[in-house]
Amino acid sequence: MKHFFLATILAGAMALPAFAADYTIIAPANPGGGWDQTARSLQTVMQQEGISGNVQVQNVPGAGGTIGLAQFASQQKGNPNALIVGGYVMVGAILTNKSPVTLKDVTPIARLTGEYEAVVVPAASEIKTMGDLVEALKKDPGAVSWAGGSAGGTDHIAVGLIAKAAGVDPTKINYIAYSGGGEALAAILGSQVTAGVSGYGEFESQIKAGTLRLLAVSGPERIAGVDAPTLKEAGVDVVVENWRMVAAAPGLTDEQKAAVSADIEKLAKSAGWQEVLKTKGWQDSYLAGDAFNAQLEKDVAATEGVLKDIGLVK
Amino acid sequence: MATFDFLLQGLLVAAQPMNLLYALIGVTLGTAVGVLPGIGPALTVALLLPVTYRLDPGGSLIMFAGIYYGGMYGGSTTSILLNTPGESASIVTALEGNKMARAGRGGPALATAAIGSFVAGLIATLGLAFIAPYIVKLALVFGPREYFALMVLAFVTVSSAFGDSTLRGLTSLFVGLALAVVGIDQLTGQARLSFGVPELLDGIEVTTLAVAMFAIGETLFIAAQGDKGPDKVEAVRGSVWMSAADWARSWKAWLRGTVIGFPIGAMPAGGAEIGTFLSYATEKRLTKHPEEFGNGAIEGVAGPEAANNASAAGTLVPLLTLGLPTTATAAIMLAGFQQYGLQPGPLLFATNPQLVWGLIASLLIANFMLLVLNLPLIGLWVKLLTIPKPWLYAGILLFATLGTIGANPSVYELGMLLAFGLLGYAMRVFGYPIAPVVVGLILGPLAEQQLRRALSISQGDITVLFTSPIAAVLLVIAAAALIVPLILRARGRGEVLAQLAASED
Repeated sequence: MKHFFLATILAGAMALPAFAADYTIIAPANPGGGWDQTARSLQTVMQQEGISGNVQVQNVPGAGGTIGLAQFASQQKGNPNALIVGGYVMVGAILTNKSPVTLKDVTPIARLTGEYEAVVVPAASEIKTMGDLVEALKKDPGAVSWAGGSAGGTDHIAVGLIAKAAGVDPTKINYIAYSGGGEALAAILGSQVTAGVSGYGEFESQIKAGTLRLLAVSGPERIAGVDAPTLKEAGVDVVVENWRMVAAAPGLTDEQKAAVSADIEKLAKSAGWQEVLKTKGWQDSYLAGDAFNAQLEKDVAATEGVLKDIGLVK
Repeated sequence: MATFDFLLQGLLVAAQPMNLLYALIGVTLGTAVGVLPGIGPALTVALLLPVTYRLDPGGSLIMFAGIYYGGMYGGSTTSILLNTPGESASIVTALEGNKMARAGRGGPALATAAIGSFVAGLIATLGLAFIAPYIVKLALVFGPREYFALMVLAFVTVSSAFGDSTLRGLTSLFVGLALAVVGIDQLTGQARLSFGVPELLDGIEVTTLAVAMFAIGETLFIAAQGDKGPDKVEAVRGSVWMSAADWARSWKAWLRGTVIGFPIGAMPAGGAEIGTFLSYATEKRLTKHPEEFGNGAIEGVAGPEAANNASAAGTLVPLLTLGLPTTATAAIMLAGFQQYGLQPGPLLFATNPQLVWGLIASLLIANFMLLVLNLPLIGLWVKLLTIPKPWLYAGILLFATLGTIGANPSVYELGMLLAFGLLGYAMRVFGYPIAPVVVGLILGPLAEQQLRRALSISQGDITVLFTSPIAAVLLVIAAAALIVPLILRARGRGEVLAQLAASED
């Protein structure tokens, strides 16, 4: 409820009808990235489906979402109308940043989406296939610069895993961190870097327009209707899925938590949300309650192992 | 020509009486909320966007365009009249604008800001319509090293806003740079100078610092002077309208501001503030009235205000052509567009021409409405200055606090507002300029990140910073801006320069 005060004044002044729950969703990344898109899709569908009449999205970018997470945990404590979008990137960032605030300090509600990573190069690049890229990486790991999201996030982990699978020392990779997929996109389009790694959805319109060349996707299978091999097919034994979740503020009562969970379940089952998943190319990975909490714990442990493996966490 | 047909069609739709009314409502709401200090255009658009959902697509697009341009413009009024920048892009406007207002020339200052915004908005919107694809190509050429060179140029040129003592100016700048380091480092995710306080992890908000240094600092300074305050505020001296001389001095500044602001707004990591800094520095160097700079030069208002609005239109270039929202305002607009089934991206102009041209036509109408709304109000606004000083400054204090809490309701934010207010007061008392502190906070992180990215990509090879043609040209201009005054001074023309660098505060 960042702008609660003003929003109230304005709503009052313009005699807008009052709504039961006015959610504020924190997107802990810059505009344009995956979390931002998720938060704004939540906003649209929640309003469209009448779950909440007035939803605000606020961007608190930086450091793999840990800035937004820390601010959320401290400022929204006990506020049942505040939500934060997060995901796999945040799990990695908490570990690499040694963040004092972790996912244990908020109330995870549900996993919503999954997205596969895409490896792209500018259309004018000499690199035509994933094989070419791996060749270049083997020759001189430092000469291949990769643009992607925050340090220690899914994009960074994916690059580390690709290097490791290719037999290159993962600590030697030259990864250029941007605070969001949008900012990284500009750098890739401008040929400032050799290659880019981020969620497929963030590159989709550029790939279709022919300004970016898609080399490979990181799922276990190809994406339907997309002409690109999986990393595995391209000879790089790596599967990465970037899942995204929504969490509520810490310090909620059980009733408040149940109310938020019910709203999110209603959203996840709605036709509007299914439509969003289809257009954005996100997998429906809805998982809530205890099952989600157990899976989350497993993911955190596994991620820590991977990060240590590739030298991002000592 | 299809382009013109679409634009004409859009204008016809936008010019219907009902839609004109929506434009007027949008502009009024946008300006009203934008006037509050601490509440920039991003927040204004975010707060008001839901209002537009209730209209048909045409009407909502038009009202939305009005809110956007109104919010961009609103900040300048408080900058000029109350020395309280509503957002970071109108900080520079306060430098000369407020001096003009205190000398009874608030009317012309507001008028040149309004007309300058209109001219810049008009040209930049047309630029958006016709040369967006080319501008975006130019913007993409800018990589980390080019951005770094641009930051170097900005640092060198804004030193002209440093007041009469370079040492004091640099001291202020370094205070700003030090404050800029606070928070999590974007490239490695490590916390710096946050002393374990989570609220400091996301750094210091530019608007909080600006409002504190300008508004709170000023209020304390005035209060400390008591009745002995030397400057008797004269609400209106001469006409509230611009004189022929004002026009003659403004129009070139408007055009230069537009030319500077539009491309910088179009750059993915540009930002409206940098355009206003560069425009102010340009005007200060080119003016025929150097003695007036620091005491209320109309060019110093006209140029930056034009640059500010031109960059607002520039922001739409990467948004519409790449689907890339480069500012918080643009990101909220993206959500707005999606409501109308507009999916910004490289294919937008081809797949959705009616909506794009409808939007551009709406922006033109909104821009016009802004002028219609604001020119008659100038007479009313300047009356603000006739309010007795204790009341006026109490009001400024109230609005500054309200705006800051409204934007970020946190005890730490309020604490920072007061602490920086005290800092601003102390700097005024000891004669240090305050604008460089804000400049340091804005430019510092940008320069640092871009430099580190450039060096990371080149694997530590420093020569990469000079080998790009664009970066090299920018650095040469920066070097010239630094060295030429030194040579002039050495050749005994120091007096002119001393006048050029008249006190800013």
